Amino acid sequence: MSKDSFFSKKNRKLLSDPLDDNNPITVQVLGICSALAITVQLKPAVVMALSVLVVLSVANMVVSLMRNMIPSRIRIIVFLVVIAALVILVDQVLKAFVYDVSKELSVFVGLIITNCIICGRLEAFAMANPPGKAFLDGLGNSFGYGIILIIVAFFRELLGAGTLYGYPVLEKLGLYDLGYENNGMMILPPMALVTVGVLIWWQRSRNEKLIENN
Amino acid sequence: MNVDSNSYTFGFATIMVVIVAALLSYAAIGLKPYQDTNIELEKQQNILSSVGINVERELAEEAYSKYIKEELVLNYKGEEVDGIAFEIDLNKELKKDQFNQLLPLFTSNINGEKQYIIPLRGKGLWGPIWGFIALEEDLNTVYGAVFDHKAETPGLGAEINQSFFQEPFIGKAIFEGDNLTSISVVKGGAPDGDNHAVDGISGGTITSDGVTDMLLERLNMYLPYISKVKTEIEKEKLMADIDSVITLNDPLIQKKYE
Repeated sequence: MSKDSFFSKKNRKLLSDPLDDNNPITVQVLGICSALAITVQLKPAVVMALSVLVVLSVANMVVSLMRNMIPSRIRIIVFLVVIAALVILVDQVLKAFVYDVSKELSVFVGLIITNCIICGRLEAFAMANPPGKAFLDGLGNSFGYGIILIIVAFFRELLGAGTLYGYPVLEKLGLYDLGYENNGMMILPPMALVTVGVLIWWQRSRNEKLIENN
Repeated sequence: MNVDSNSYTFGFATIMVVIVAALLSYAAIGLKPYQDTNIELEKQQNILSSVGINVERELAEEAYSKYIKEELVLNYKGEEVDGIAFEIDLNKELKKDQFNQLLPLFTSNINGEKQYIIPLRGKGLWGPIWGFIALEEDLNTVYGAVFDHKAETPGLGAEINQSFFQEPFIGKAIFEGDNLTSISVVKGGAPDGDNHAVDGISGGTITSDGVTDMLLERLNMYLPYISKVKTEIEKEKLMADIDSVITLNDPLIQKKYE
């Protein structure tokens, strides 16, 4: 570790891998529930991505610092306590200083606790690596998660409600006058699954490493 | 040290829990004043926007004292009782039986006209929904309405706090003759010309129904007060009519006796 510079090739890979080759949503298929629930609009998706970023990178670091002290029999409970404490802290801070954002996220902040990406990274990475690397791994994975969230939310909000970040794009373009209508199905949960499916399809057709040989 | 021994495991768990508990309570207590201010200002903002006044959160306090004239607390008979209307927690009141509930009511004055603002609270799909409905001086026509929610589904039920849902309430009537009809949120859209219904939200039917139930239940509680105020208004009108009749007749009477 001491010889590694902070941005060595290995460390950069920690950041870039989850974006494509090892994306938590499209490749590992983790954290799907939240990806379905909050991608109706772009704004909650962005805020959710940021909250997961904070919780995952800090939790990764904290668990990594304690990794030699945690009794293995209760390690999952320890993860949950760390994650839950961080989530409550984030929620309280949001409520005190950015009240509107916290209202926007409402119940989903609490649901970060159940996001399997976080537990997965703590178990698979933070328990076996030093804090600096764990922090980078947390950043990388939350970027990978966030980017999918934002792509899905982009299409669902644009096609389902005709707006982007609450701004009525299609109305300004005058598409409604030409007879265009919003696709109401896009705002229902099943279409999130279909959108994620299309993303996975597109990603595999482009990235040959992901194609299974059988 | 054996990290996996029983005593170590217990010790670790105990210490960790105590540290986390201390940290969280410290944060919760430290941040409480900020959170309370936010909640109070938001309530003022909500009350104001039910009568069509939208202000930034920072300016809410000033605007509130400017436009809101009275804060009343009523009992189930529609009588005024002591209390601070702004601090009444409807969540607690709704758990009492209807004869013990305290009913907050606000009145405002905009462009020389009086509005009555009734706070609402009910159940949505995932959690509580609430709002304020403002009635015009006739206590029948809706002057404005605002709704909000704790945890409705974003993009579906959560849209009740959007203006496209709230604006159609304006101008609707809550009475048909002397009967309270309230206002229904109708799935698939309100029929044309229906003065007691507004369009529901696609995909948000349970939340929409929650709004319907909430309005009916809450408005019903205020009926005694509403009919009392109406009688008073009618009395005043009658007196005014009599006055005007007398003044009209005055010259005639005089002429006769000239």
